[in-house]
Amino acid sequence: MALCQKYNLPYKMQEFLFFILAIICVGAVLAMILTKNPAYSALWLVLAFLGIAGIFGLLDAPFIAAIQIIIYAGAIMVLFIFVIMMIDVRKGLSPEKKKWTLFLSGFLGLVLLFELITAATGVFSQLKTVGTENIGSPAGLGRLLFTDFLYPFEITSVLIIAALVGAIVLAKKKENE
Amino acid sequence: MIPTSYFIVLSALLFVLGIVAFFVKKDLITQFLSIEVMLNAGNLAFIAFAKAHGLIEGQIIVFFIITVAAAEAAVGLAIILLIYKQKKTIKSEDVNLMKG
Repeated sequence: MALCQKYNLPYKMQEFLFFILAIICVGAVLAMILTKNPAYSALWLVLAFLGIAGIFGLLDAPFIAAIQIIIYAGAIMVLFIFVIMMIDVRKGLSPEKKKWTLFLSGFLGLVLLFELITAATGVFSQLKTVGTENIGSPAGLGRLLFTDFLYPFEITSVLIIAALVGAIVLAKKKENE
Repeated sequence: MIPTSYFIVLSALLFVLGIVAFFVKKDLITQFLSIEVMLNAGNLAFIAFAKAHGLIEGQIIVFFIITVAAAEAAVGLAIILLIYKQKKTIKSEDVNLMKG
């Protein structure tokens, strides 16, 4: 754990940080579910993404933590909040709600959580802490990105251009009508 | 260091919360937000396994996932705006053009 070794964090401290960040993530997602207003949901989700970025930092991935904050918590959520500002959310939503969907989805969630944990416990026993060396340096990531993963990287740029053109075409179409 | 199983359990919990949010919420925007939660849970699992195996390739996959999520958010939000312009609603139940 390069960052933690660099700042000489003891194990107890790392564990404490992990639990604080995990509680922030889960609590923020729960608050996102429980709030009625989509704008508040988006803001709670920003908090959850910040917590996940902190966990990425604990997991020796400082570059991914940085782009998590810059792209997810910054760019994507600002896009969401722009759209929420353009839409009249109070008119779009009606107050009626069905209780049974809540119970049914809660039941589905519990079953799925049990299933996921059961599937994952088979893997836990094989997971010794193999690599404790410094894996997450941005230099190594960039070098790999421009050598072994050069084609996916270039194809991603084509994908972004396609998404840009698609979004512009969709947004222009409504003005002609 | 912290055992990898903690991170995998947290990832599973976040994924399930995303699915529950998708079914509980009625408006398209919050359902789209819960898809982002599920993507992040997947990212967390990737990073945790990358750390456990000492391979940096998992982080590169997460890099691509975040890029694709940004593209997806742009197109999806444009579609949601179009739906709102045409039908004056963002409830997913009212969008039943295909009678599903």
